[in-house]
Amino acid sequence: MFAQQLVNGLVVGSTYALFALGFTLMFGVLGVINLTYGFYLSVGAFLALFATQHGVSIWLALPLAALASGCVAVLIDGLLLTPLRRAKAPELASLMVTLGATLLLYSLANAALSTDIRRFPPGVIDANALEIAGIRITMTQCLIIAAAGIIVSVLLWVMNGARIGLGLRALAERPDAAALMGVNAGALVRLVSLASGTLAGASGVLIGLNYNAIQPYMGEVMMLKGFAVIILGGLGDIRGALVAGLVVGMLETLTAGYVASSWKDAVGFVLLVLTLWIRPSGLFGRLAVKRA
Amino acid sequence: MSEPKMSEPLLSLRDLRIGYGGATEAVKGVSLEVRAGAVVCLIGANGAGKTTILRCLSGLLRPRGGSVHFKGRDIGGMAAHRIAALGLVQAPEGRQVFANMTIAENLRMGAWLLKDRAEEARRRDMVLTRFPRLSERIRQLAGLLSGGEQQMLAMGRAMMADPQMLLLDEPSMGLAPLFVEEIFRIIAELKAEGRTILLVEQNAQAALDIADHAYVLQSGRIELSGPAAEIARNEKVVAAYLGG
Repeated sequence: MFAQQLVNGLVVGSTYALFALGFTLMFGVLGVINLTYGFYLSVGAFLALFATQHGVSIWLALPLAALASGCVAVLIDGLLLTPLRRAKAPELASLMVTLGATLLLYSLANAALSTDIRRFPPGVIDANALEIAGIRITMTQCLIIAAAGIIVSVLLWVMNGARIGLGLRALAERPDAAALMGVNAGALVRLVSLASGTLAGASGVLIGLNYNAIQPYMGEVMMLKGFAVIILGGLGDIRGALVAGLVVGMLETLTAGYVASSWKDAVGFVLLVLTLWIRPSGLFGRLAVKRA
Repeated sequence: MSEPKMSEPLLSLRDLRIGYGGATEAVKGVSLEVRAGAVVCLIGANGAGKTTILRCLSGLLRPRGGSVHFKGRDIGGMAAHRIAALGLVQAPEGRQVFANMTIAENLRMGAWLLKDRAEEARRRDMVLTRFPRLSERIRQLAGLLSGGEQQMLAMGRAMMADPQMLLLDEPSMGLAPLFVEEIFRIIAELKAEGRTILLVEQNAQAALDIADHAYVLQSGRIELSGPAAEIARNEKVVAAYLGG
């Protein structure tokens, strides 16, 4: 039934949007493609898993695991990318460094945790489902939609309404001019790392809950989808990541429902290729305003 | 930190040396002073090191040697945002407005360090009175403005910080003659208000007309310095920079 598929698609899309928002925020403000980003998703999922295994409620485990992932992101950015930024190294250098770090981090996680799929303890979330006009919405799905809605609203308000968002946009566009205005670039870089790591971590917890399957490489799988989503939305564009995340999640679910579930994962990449052919700047990407 | 005495310059550079990696130095030992309330200009050919000096003063480049003191405080190598917080504010070369933000947002960025919203509104009114063109387009994206309007915005943005000293890097570069006139008229107004300005210009004639004191920079060294009126009469300067 179509309405049910739409709800399921919205749930999947919300997790994609959250993940893509963090990725695009990092790229948009810091100007780097940080390949370790997907790892923070795995970190969030595992931390929430361990917390719930020790009896912590999922309502508390979700924000804590997400924030802890953000802290890991700040740490890794500080270790790997801050020195490169200081040396004004070319973009390729940061790409290579984060690629190396990603391989190392996943190998370590794999060695420590094995690739076995783990599941949340039973009863971590109320197994009942709401039934509205014949559409079933599980508590997990409610949590995902609510959490994503809250996080996205806060992020949009910060970027467009709050003073700090103005500083972030200034830093993204012209780091030197922003520093001349008194913007403390180092502090804002840490803030962006924290925020994007938190978004990745939150999406990891929610994806883990949605499929009830957690393993170290789950972030790597999402990373590929994340690329498709942010290119479709327009690199570095917040609204774009949000809309494209929902679109990809929705189309994947509909493909699985009406075509074949084996085709589901192709959707993102078909959209990726189409975007690059037809509108390389993405749905919301604008051509850079020509500077006089 | 003690307030500088009247006799002490607001800004002083001693044997400042700056390089971009490698052995060659773009600035090879420059000494310069700016007293409170003075307009000082730094003129010189393209590539003489003028912009390099200003970038260093604002903390965007680290000095390789020598010292920079502002308000009696050593600011050599200090982070850019801390130098701005001390009241040394720059309108950089090439305007560097935030093209994807509106004029209003650009001006707000200029007052980034200011917490007092009422004071911010007061300064904004002052800037918009000074630059009525910006007032007309307050909700427009800065990237859509003409070069001259962007220069006004860059200066207005710097004024939002109510700086103790203003660094202006090539404010007239690439502008139509009418705008050049307008920009220098505004610099004259700022001077009349008693503002301290270090002006870097390729338009040596206009800069010397407005400044109290002038330094001539050549290949990273101060070639000549003195009261602007004297420099303007110097034969070498006339021949090299004033098209005599």
